[in-house]
Amino acid sequence: MSTTTATHHDDHGHPTGIMRWVASTNHKDIGTLYLWFSFFMFMFAGALALGIRAELFQPGLQFLEPENFNRLTTLHGLIMIFGAIMPAFVGFANWMIPLMIGTSDLAFPRLNNMSFWLMVPAAILLVGSIFVPGGAMAGGWTMYPPLSVQNPSMGVDMSILALHILGVSSIVGSINIITTILNMRAPGMTLMKMPLFVWTWLITAFLLIASMPVLAGALTMLLTDRHFGTAFFDAAGGGDPVLFQHVFWFFGHPEVYIMILPAFGLISTIIPTFARKPLFGYASMVYATAAIALLSFVVWAHHMFTTGMPVAGQLFFMYSTMLISIPTGVKVFNWVATMWRGSMTFETPMLFSIAVVFLFTIGGFSGLVLAVLPVDIQLQDTYYVVAHFHYVLFSGAAMSIMGAVYYWLPKWTGHMYNETLGKWHFWLTTIAFNITFFPMHFTGLAGMPRRIPDYALQFAEFNMISTIGAFALGISQLLFLYVVVKCIKGGPKAAANPWEGAEGLEWTVPSPAPFHTFETPPTVK
Amino acid sequence: MSQNTNNYYLPAPSLWPLIASIALFLMAGGFAMQMNDIASGNYVLLAGILVFVYLLYGWFKEVIKESISGFYNKQVDTSFRWGMGWFIFSEVMFFAGFFGALFYIRTFALDWISKSTLVWPNFVATWPTSGPAATEALEAMGPWGLPAINTLILLVSGATLTYAHWGLMKENRKQIIIGLALTIALGSIFLYLQAHEYAEAAFTMDSGIYGSTFYLFTGFHGLHVAMGTIMLAIILFRILKGHFSAHNHFGFEAVAWYWHFVDVVWLFLFVFVYWL
Repeated sequence: MSTTTATHHDDHGHPTGIMRWVASTNHKDIGTLYLWFSFFMFMFAGALALGIRAELFQPGLQFLEPENFNRLTTLHGLIMIFGAIMPAFVGFANWMIPLMIGTSDLAFPRLNNMSFWLMVPAAILLVGSIFVPGGAMAGGWTMYPPLSVQNPSMGVDMSILALHILGVSSIVGSINIITTILNMRAPGMTLMKMPLFVWTWLITAFLLIASMPVLAGALTMLLTDRHFGTAFFDAAGGGDPVLFQHVFWFFGHPEVYIMILPAFGLISTIIPTFARKPLFGYASMVYATAAIALLSFVVWAHHMFTTGMPVAGQLFFMYSTMLISIPTGVKVFNWVATMWRGSMTFETPMLFSIAVVFLFTIGGFSGLVLAVLPVDIQLQDTYYVVAHFHYVLFSGAAMSIMGAVYYWLPKWTGHMYNETLGKWHFWLTTIAFNITFFPMHFTGLAGMPRRIPDYALQFAEFNMISTIGAFALGISQLLFLYVVVKCIKGGPKAAANPWEGAEGLEWTVPSPAPFHTFETPPTVK
Repeated sequence: MSQNTNNYYLPAPSLWPLIASIALFLMAGGFAMQMNDIASGNYVLLAGILVFVYLLYGWFKEVIKESISGFYNKQVDTSFRWGMGWFIFSEVMFFAGFFGALFYIRTFALDWISKSTLVWPNFVATWPTSGPAATEALEAMGPWGLPAINTLILLVSGATLTYAHWGLMKENRKQIIIGLALTIALGSIFLYLQAHEYAEAAFTMDSGIYGSTFYLFTGFHGLHVAMGTIMLAIILFRILKGHFSAHNHFGFEAVAWYWHFVDVVWLFLFVFVYWL
């Protein structure tokens, strides 16, 4: 891929002070807002997790009332998913997609800013629900009725409405991204020449537009059941609490891939750079991503194997779930094959990416274990599930985000980050992560249930280890903050392309990327 | 900001997104308070709605001004088309979720409740039903009275809208205005009849699962018809102001797409909520 013209001029000037941020119509500024928002939510939800781990350091009740423990697990989940991981990926989409496809901005810059600023009232409602009488929602992030219908707290309504607002934000944002990708690519950038990160976001945006409205429907039914006398989830009125689980997970499973497909895109960008080879099997990566996305709509009930379903349904969902391992396996194979005989170097982004391939694969395999119906009936709602989805979501999504931050920091700030500190951050995070979550496989297999503030004595050692790991993991992220802030403030000047093997239009603009780029689209050959 | 028609239009910094965020915050916060019997909730909700109406007015006014000033080139027009198309797809999924729920209830849930003989031994799964714990017989809404008339009304409104569109293509002002006015009138009659049906109904939202699905489905659909009718009225107003030409009228087309979508949803409602 090469560019024939790339003109950059910074003559428009741009607003300064607070107006630059609240009234922004610039994809880079809005991307920055998203990324910082996501980081603060990550730290906040992480602090909630440390509350959970502190309580579980020893058997017995130490700090938290059981009700408050449940509130912490609920908010930790909701905020990490909707406040940390998803906005981080949208932040990358904002910053990088226009640069990668050679266009000046997203298709609808004002709507883009609206998508961001809707996150703020949602966050206020979610976090504020802690402080209202009755307290925050305590029924888990999945909000299953009857608990979520019977809990009289206003905090539950605030969380439901917060999720409605986040849904609007996600749908508007996804329409924006999908339109940008379909309509605003530089001349010559055919679909099959797009960087893989753009492809994964195209498919993710489709998943969001298809699944978020279904969540809105589920939340609406929950709200009317709570306050307007409907009986959707009440068997006495002819409804069914399990109905909520079906509707919720029809959204929920695509949601899981919404949080992992962009991560696949990120590491598919990073690994070729540091292996100094083109991505192995580009086309198969695209097809695998699409296959994963389509399959995500027909696997939802594997989250509910123990809640009542005909055996034929259970078998269907077991086999369809297992099918997903095929396109996912294609991806893992391609990443490894990309590295095969490459001239590899191990800068921080590469370390994170390799760790993601390795650790995400562990999470994928434990997912395959959980897909097996008779096994899942044993393991449902144990710490094995907690271990599984943290290997997928932390070492899959969150660590790929961290790696990608290091990868593009030079482009964003114009400075190189401190490689030594970056590597420290990587090793501390990876080791602490494994100390935290690997023992959960054992406690889960031994039968320790999740979402309970106390546990039997035989689980004490593993829980103590997990808690120590969790605090190390949390504190390590302060180092991340330090490295990023230090890089923003200064550091060695970064070249337009600071990575020897990096390809793509984003590296043809100067570092830091000027306020406006590609106002005249480049031609891609 | 200087514009030239070859480049994609980049709007100047705008406060509308922040106002949108304030509007939704007030609406959500006020609604949460109102549902929990906090008296001031109504005022907060009302304030939110007012800010929201102001937002729609102001933001669309700005976009229409930009459109008339010729800032939008062909590529921007294509973006609007993709954007509206995907928005309607999201709406389709919203209703699909509800219809999926209805299907699940009717096919599985009621059958299972009738088979669990311990709690409600006498319950037999039928449709419509207000559930095993209901004490009164349910008088459901039949399809062949008002609902059938409403179906006819919406189908005809689709035709009158297309008649208006043909007028627009020919730049026949009279035809556009007649077509649009008829469509708006039909939409309004539909809403009136729907309200009448609600007033006459022998059951309410808390009449078990039938009342729940009936009011939520028809309610959300009615809300969409109301939105569509307002949008059509705005388009008529813009026609009177001479905003559209035979070649440049995506605002009209977007509303027409939306109207046809609402139409199709009604057909599903008619079959699965009223009829079968």
